[in-house]
Amino acid sequence: MAQAQPATLIEKLWRAHEVADLGDDTSLLHIDRLFLHERSGGRMLQGVAAAGRTAFDPAMIFGTLDHIIDTDPGRTDQTKFPGGPEFIQQFRSGTAAAGIRTFDLGDPNQGIVHVIAPELGIAQPGMTLVCGDSHTCTVGGIGALAWGIGITQGEHVISTQCLAVKRPKMMRVRFDGALGACVTAKDMILHLIRLHGARGGQGCAIEFCGSAVAALSCEARMTLCNMAVEFGAWTGIVAPDEKTIDFMRGRPFGPEAGHWANAETWWRTLHSDQGARFDIDIAIDASAIAPQVTWGTSSEQSIGIDEAVPSPDDVADPVARGSAEKALGYTGVTPGRPLTGLPIEAAFIGSCTNSRIEDLRGAAALLRGRHVAEGVKAICVPGSSTVKRMAEAEGLDRIFADAGFEWREAGCSLCFYAGGDSFGSARRVISSTNRNFENRQGVGVRSHLASPLTVAASAVAGEISDPRDLVTR
Amino acid sequence: MEPFVHLKGVAAPLPIDNVDTDAIIPSRETQSVSRSGYGEKLFANWRYLPGTREINADFVLNREPFAQAQLLVGGRNFGCGSSREAAVWALSQFGIRCVIAPSFGTIFRNNCIRNGLLPVTLPIEVIEPLLSDLQACVGQAIVEIDLQACTVTGPDGAVHRFEIGALDREMLLSGADEIAITLQKRGLIEAFRNMDRTQRPWVYQDSQIWAEDARETGT
Repeated sequence: MAQAQPATLIEKLWRAHEVADLGDDTSLLHIDRLFLHERSGGRMLQGVAAAGRTAFDPAMIFGTLDHIIDTDPGRTDQTKFPGGPEFIQQFRSGTAAAGIRTFDLGDPNQGIVHVIAPELGIAQPGMTLVCGDSHTCTVGGIGALAWGIGITQGEHVISTQCLAVKRPKMMRVRFDGALGACVTAKDMILHLIRLHGARGGQGCAIEFCGSAVAALSCEARMTLCNMAVEFGAWTGIVAPDEKTIDFMRGRPFGPEAGHWANAETWWRTLHSDQGARFDIDIAIDASAIAPQVTWGTSSEQSIGIDEAVPSPDDVADPVARGSAEKALGYTGVTPGRPLTGLPIEAAFIGSCTNSRIEDLRGAAALLRGRHVAEGVKAICVPGSSTVKRMAEAEGLDRIFADAGFEWREAGCSLCFYAGGDSFGSARRVISSTNRNFENRQGVGVRSHLASPLTVAASAVAGEISDPRDLVTR
Repeated sequence: MEPFVHLKGVAAPLPIDNVDTDAIIPSRETQSVSRSGYGEKLFANWRYLPGTREINADFVLNREPFAQAQLLVGGRNFGCGSSREAAVWALSQFGIRCVIAPSFGTIFRNNCIRNGLLPVTLPIEVIEPLLSDLQACVGQAIVEIDLQACTVTGPDGAVHRFEIGALDREMLLSGADEIAITLQKRGLIEAFRNMDRTQRPWVYQDSQIWAEDARETGT
């Protein structure tokens, strides 16, 4: 047999899941886990039933409620989102009929799908996992091959436990060097997107590596992979290492004891071979990254917090210039001026990007003994019911509450405005979420994306602020 | 799915990069589990004055001849963002069956193919003059698509060839049901799973075991 060509991690996972080569650079891949949520899961199940089909392997499908449910304490099925009860009912009856394990309201495991999938061990290194949500790539942080799909593809997975997928280009993004104080995985990914554009990763599967990535916790790696989709990539992944294997230990839906040793042995083989070929290589000096904040309506419109907002006059291409002008018109920031000092009316910590326990610990460390500025509506939404319980056991809920933050139940919450819950009259929000699109967090609301640390510091100051100032003070 | 073979109609210019699916269909416009009724909600933030249903006369789809558009020409990374398939339903139900752009969001593009909406990728060097022609309403802004020949004929009569994957093209031309095609491979799928189960048995664990584990650990 010929010597095997050196392969990338993603090529190895591709081969391990390939059911059939369909030609045209496309493979039918086995999907190890499908996660459903109440925003689109019920519609997928309804579509499958309407076509006279059934779930191929319901044991590989899981469900949770996160997108539509309220996050206020004492929540019920009667949501602020006007159509909520209809979605929840459709989802519940669909998952029950198909025999799909679902983490409903009040279940101790309920939470944002991308937070609970690894937390419960439902997502594991080397697995393929899909979900009807673009941020499914989050789970790449533990070495799973995970990506977002639409409703029709969801119906395909329910019906066949497979998906036809076009082979992506291989991209490697290497972050080397030590991160500075108050610089996080969120700043790394915003910095990357700013340098290479919101379509910089288009058509690619990205492997994140380098000393700065190795130094990140699994949770922070999930933040990094979460925004691979904002970089235009198909997905992002970090090769599993000792930290990943430790992370997986004791997870309730992880490999059962009798299989653990074999699983661990396989996980240790999941890395790109020496000499594996990547189509695109990007190297970034992590030590040079400052805390990032977005100024526009695309994740690529971001700057270091100590920099000035760029001028569209410097953009040569007419469509790109027009797009920058439109963004500035919407956000109402001034080119040539820094974002620091810009008054904010709301601050949000939450979402699949930044709602895990380490995110909350980091923000709480800055908020301890401080209070949000007068007139700032500040909200913290833990990513899962488990994260919420952990935070409460550590007393973080008291720190947030004493600082003037609302302390909520787990869910997607105000990452997007769906016609129910809102920031009230607030028009400028600093947010630990992933999308600063026009009207994303409310009609006319301007969103500035940043890390939980920058959100906390800004909430205290009442204006966009550098978290490093709070630490040195 | 309705097959896509040929289309000739008005093309509306939308010269903006990174048009996201929140712009195509805002989340607050999808408050029903229904798959219909999205046409009037397309680009709701831009088509109507903020927070109202009053027509924003400046928006391209509110101006003639573009109110009759069957094609849309956009900027780079069209359809980036959320996976919401309602973005494609909104375009289709408005009457748009083809979007031409320099590049597309991956999930949006996948959703298009599975809903009979053709995503045409052309280089920015072709798109920019096309956008200018459409804005000036050259040739009544009529653009023609031939998916068999893989050509776009612009309002100035210039013919541009485009590339599209053979499987995507075939699915659009035939209007085939991808799930039915995959189910014909059931034997292959079962064979793969039988082999894989011996390699990675923990992936195929019975969910009953988990249910008990979860109870024991109290998580």
